[in-house]
Amino acid sequence: MSFVEYGTQQFINALSIGSLYALMAIGLAMVFGILRLINFAHGDLMMVASYAALFMLIAGLPFPVVAALAVIVAALAGMLMERTAYRPIRGAPDVAMLLTSFAVTIILENSAVLTVGSRSRAFPVPEFLSTVYHFGNLTVASVNVVAIITTAILLVLLTLFVTRTDMGVSMRAAAEDLVAAQLMGININRVIAAAFAIGSALAGVAGLLWTAKVGKVDPFMGFFPVLKAFVAAVIGGFGTIPGAVAGGYVLGFLEISLQAILPGQWSAYRDALVFVILILVLLIRPNGILGAREREEI
Amino acid sequence: MDETFSRSRDINSPAVWQQYTSVAILLAALFLVLVAAQYMASAYLQRVIVTLGLDIMLVVSLNLFNGFTGVFSLGHTGFMALGAYVSAILTLPLAKKATNLPDLPPWLAHVQLDFLPAMLIGGLFAAMVALLIGRPILRLSGHYVAVATLAFLVIVRVVLINATPFTRGSRTFSGTPPFTTVWWVYAWVVVTIYIAWRILRSPYGRAMLAQREDRAAARSVGVHVLRARMWAFCISAFLTGVAGALWGHYILSFSPNAFYFSEAFAIITMLVVGGMGSISGSVVGTILVVLLSEVLRSLEGGFTLLAFQIPPLYGMSQILMAILFISILIFRREGLLGQREIDLTRLLGPRRKPKEVMPLHDES
Repeated sequence: MSFVEYGTQQFINALSIGSLYALMAIGLAMVFGILRLINFAHGDLMMVASYAALFMLIAGLPFPVVAALAVIVAALAGMLMERTAYRPIRGAPDVAMLLTSFAVTIILENSAVLTVGSRSRAFPVPEFLSTVYHFGNLTVASVNVVAIITTAILLVLLTLFVTRTDMGVSMRAAAEDLVAAQLMGININRVIAAAFAIGSALAGVAGLLWTAKVGKVDPFMGFFPVLKAFVAAVIGGFGTIPGAVAGGYVLGFLEISLQAILPGQWSAYRDALVFVILILVLLIRPNGILGAREREEI
Repeated sequence: MDETFSRSRDINSPAVWQQYTSVAILLAALFLVLVAAQYMASAYLQRVIVTLGLDIMLVVSLNLFNGFTGVFSLGHTGFMALGAYVSAILTLPLAKKATNLPDLPPWLAHVQLDFLPAMLIGGLFAAMVALLIGRPILRLSGHYVAVATLAFLVIVRVVLINATPFTRGSRTFSGTPPFTTVWWVYAWVVVTIYIAWRILRSPYGRAMLAQREDRAAARSVGVHVLRARMWAFCISAFLTGVAGALWGHYILSFSPNAFYFSEAFAIITMLVVGGMGSISGSVVGTILVVLLSEVLRSLEGGFTLLAFQIPPLYGMSQILMAILFISILIFRREGLLGQREIDLTRLLGPRRKPKEVMPLHDES
């Protein structure tokens, strides 16, 4: 395999994994921007969407319908989460909100264990997501291409929504200054519900793509992706949507290059290095590469 | 002020005697309960008593950092893991070492220590790591510390899984000598509470509390914020490491999975239920949560209620604990005791005025 081919191959891998991180990080960043809540339970929405899709596929529905419904289920789950757990604690100290989201994670994951069991289940990945194309020495999995294109389309739609619609503008206003936005007559509850709905829907899409990639679902599948999305959001400067997207892709490329650079026995430490980078970013550029907020430090 | 201080140090003063007597009575009562448990309690109850002690130690040492400094660490379970693995490796009999950990470097392969030195080294190792990561992490504030310490927890796990020559990776580490007895555990519980209590009343403790209440004001009167946090972080990591060692020599077989998210969350629940910043709160919170989760766990396997057959619902106890936790955060965020203390050292006679006990502490 030539250098160019190897490079292209890794580029596609990085872009694809970066897309998933970006999709996840957007939801985290939207919510954090408005509420200063780090929603750890965001990853479990991937799990909710994937299980919903699994059962609808078993019931025999066609994949496009299943995908759409699963994403809607994720959005509803996100809104429910906000209404029941996060609204009562709104305005509490940051750490109290973070701990609440941990508890929500425990509730969601154990509810899944309770209802569908803790063992992982095979996911019937449709054919157009499981084929592998060969171009000379290059192997490209269709799911990676779908992930890249889907994310690109969603990013365009999200940009249009945030800049061209009233709700989108309200959302940005709320992220900038919640109290001022409220004084300007923006219905904060609706804005926050919308932020949760959109973020969760994106997490649902990411969940389906992730599941299509891995080929199985289990109740704890959201745990590691959300941690990674977290790193992505921090790299991008927590709280901004462009930052989250940039952070997602940066993290994707970082991981793939670490994998390429690190010698065999060390590559297993890749995940540890990613979190070392998280700590470094928090120290050196706590506002991320695109962030501009004031620094909070002792 | 000076007079009060010297009076409270005076061994002949009635207040001090009263305090010593109360502590002695408490310790004697604890001793009797433990002796009684040795002979009368079922194996299950004895297990609950040991886990309770370990949890009290973990929660009090976590409180020593989170409660006293107001900075929230989510990564203490990582220190627990370090203590458990270090102590287990150091005490593993040489023959077992050769079979279970054949790739250990020579300087470790021929070492077999007693329990006490091994657990102290485990604790010191955790404290050293705390010193190393504390310097950068503790500069941050608010949930940035929570995020960074969570990252630390993930890093510890990845390292444990991949440092196969030392830890057997994600496979179970077994053969740990069964050194931990109820006496070891409760001796350390007493030591931990004593250390936390003394620190709280020392200049270091005052500095921790002062920077918790108001960073700028504390700094303006000469409190070195980072140093105050570092003290708390390292001592708390040491005690957590020792608790990890005790835990390891009790459970005997464990893998990196034991020291992860759900363990961290369980300990944090106990801390928040009892009230952050209160030592007696930690003890009360731990006892309540441990007993409650034991009851829930025993019901999880299914039971019969008034002729209704309740099927086994595995995972239900965790869900209920999480709901309890959220309710506490929403309705009583300061926990059961807040930052107050139950003053059991004054069982006899009238209470002293709170001003003399701890001026900085009970303003909220």
